[in-house]
Amino acid sequence: MSAPAPEPAAASSGLNAAYIFKKSLISALVALVLFSLMIGIRTEAGPTGQLVYWTRFGDLALMVAGVFGGSILIELLRRWWGPVTVTRVVPASVQTGLALARRAIAPLLLIFTVLVPVIFYDQRYILDLGILVLTYVMLGWGLNVVVGLAGLLDLGYVAFYAVGAYSYALLATNFGLSFWICLPLAGILAALWGVMLGFPVLRLRGDYLAIVTLAFGEIIRLVIINWQSLTGGPNGVSGIPRPTLFGIPLTPGDNGLAAKLGIEFSPTHRIVFLFYLILGLALLTNWVTIRLRRLPIGRAWEALREDEVACRALGINTTTTKLTAFATGAMFGGFAGAFFATRQGFISPESFTFQESALVLAIVVLGGMGSQLGVALAALTMIGGFELFRGLDQYRMLVFGFAMVLLMIWRPRGLIGHRAPTVFLKHSHAISSDLVKEGHG
Amino acid sequence: MSSDSILSVDRLTMRFGGIIAVNDLSFAAERRKITALIGPNGAGKTTVFNCITGFYRASSGTMRLTHDSGKQIQLERLNDFRISKQAKVARTFQNIRLFPGMTALENLMVAQHNALMLASGLTFLGLIGAPSWRSAENRAIDQARLWLDRIGLLERADDAAGNLPYGDQRRLEIARAMCTEPALLCLDEPAAGLNTRESAALSELLFSIRADHGASILLIEHDMSVVMQISDHVVVMDYGMKIAEGSPQDVRDDPKVIAAYLGADEQEAIAVMESGT
Repeated sequence: MSAPAPEPAAASSGLNAAYIFKKSLISALVALVLFSLMIGIRTEAGPTGQLVYWTRFGDLALMVAGVFGGSILIELLRRWWGPVTVTRVVPASVQTGLALARRAIAPLLLIFTVLVPVIFYDQRYILDLGILVLTYVMLGWGLNVVVGLAGLLDLGYVAFYAVGAYSYALLATNFGLSFWICLPLAGILAALWGVMLGFPVLRLRGDYLAIVTLAFGEIIRLVIINWQSLTGGPNGVSGIPRPTLFGIPLTPGDNGLAAKLGIEFSPTHRIVFLFYLILGLALLTNWVTIRLRRLPIGRAWEALREDEVACRALGINTTTTKLTAFATGAMFGGFAGAFFATRQGFISPESFTFQESALVLAIVVLGGMGSQLGVALAALTMIGGFELFRGLDQYRMLVFGFAMVLLMIWRPRGLIGHRAPTVFLKHSHAISSDLVKEGHG
Repeated sequence: MSSDSILSVDRLTMRFGGIIAVNDLSFAAERRKITALIGPNGAGKTTVFNCITGFYRASSGTMRLTHDSGKQIQLERLNDFRISKQAKVARTFQNIRLFPGMTALENLMVAQHNALMLASGLTFLGLIGAPSWRSAENRAIDQARLWLDRIGLLERADDAAGNLPYGDQRRLEIARAMCTEPALLCLDEPAAGLNTRESAALSELLFSIRADHGASILLIEHDMSVVMQISDHVVVMDYGMKIAEGSPQDVRDDPKVIAAYLGADEQEAIAVMESGT
């Protein structure tokens, strides 16, 4: 299909136009058959109970035309950005330009993120949204270790988020421990729960693993709801202490940070502090994950995703490899949970429903499994984009779902579909997503 | 049974329900020799391999591995990854099982997992970038580079393994197995799907592995020309049992082997065996 010389290219584009036209025509025909009864004829019960019907051929024509035009548009877009097997209509020079631009995305995004509190200092809404996005970026990066690198489908990730949040909330309210002591404790406790989940599911793969992790997420939530004496049940835990800057509280009082620095107190200080706190935690997750990928354990995770049998033949202990993946992912989930608790000041089981797990998993899948930048972009799209459509009221979900479907058509392996090698001799070539396996479990 | 055998299989039996895949099989693989396990399709060769490499648990029988140091290991008592890690038995697969989404170099790095895991202080030293870890990593890369050079894939080190031509993938899988520094290398049909030139290169590679690394090789093979050319000892199986054993020359002339391979048509059998030399 691909044609290097100019003349065949023109010929094949002519051929492509005919092909696209034919394909769209077929879609329009199918739409006509379906919609002629669904939209073309409207039936209703009349005033005396008899059947009343009238035709709506105008609407029908509009719908069919919409399908025809839409499928031409989708096919053109597919050829613009589609998977590798589809002929590219974009010229090579534009493609190399795009590749260069792509390399600049990550540093630019990071610089912009660092500057967000400076640029939007007096816009509380944007800062709150930024904190929310960064929380999901961190959760996405944490889950990416389990799903993206080790290829283990985990539908109960929110359980570790909950363990982290409740660990901090209970340790801080009952024992008065500070955030900076509780943060590592929350991570360790979540990692322990990750290992506890890991043991029973080691032999499971694919759908079975997904079901058990889903159940695990629900069990944690139900235990939190029902263990009233410890967790407060559905009422949650309130009065969770706010984080301090190494012991200096961000309060208006005399010993607050503002008084010590000699500046006027503003509630925004705390928001900005929280913003940089979650940014730091997220970057720590990212740094550790990038480091781990280049260590034997990370390579073993990826090898496990590629072929578990071959791993065993090479003497890799698949049991501990899977457990470390679960524990590492859970630990980052626990950190994010502790942050969530300190930001909200109040937590209840309602914050840890399956929907959260699904959202984080969607971020990882949409971002391109295993890609750190992809996950960050996906979190921005999912959380930020969802807020963007707030003005559309009841159509918000519809527009959002439509956008997701379109994205999955263009980039079935996520926003960043290719894999970067962890070690190279001469040049690091990105590996096409067609070769990278998703894992069996 | 020779006293200097690296692997001695004694009365190995493997049953799957009512089917007896391997029946009372005994043979030995000699140290620093190439032993071939041949037989018609369905004779149970791969099952023997799966028992030796711990993918199946043998129904009965013993498999004793003797390292150069004199240390003896009963393979039937170990399972899956421990066979490779502790007993130092590496294997390849009939249908190639590389990590297709990882580069050729990464494939060889994964093979050195256990050594690198120790060097990285179970990840903690590696995470802080300790100098001891860095030098261990560089040594591992050099080792991988050496093997890539030997199999002629140095130029393609940074290409995804799944993108390599079939013959290269076969050789890369052997190199990956060798990167685990095995005492016994088990190859499941290494010449399957290779052309004449590629199988000649394969024979050369196997000879050099035996000569330079002191590894003993046990291989399953259908390509008689490869078997006749490189093996020191041949074990012939049919219906799960050993029907003949000996030097390639002896086996080739054994009427039982000829009958097993080509049934009644002995004339054709002889023709195939002749072409093998």
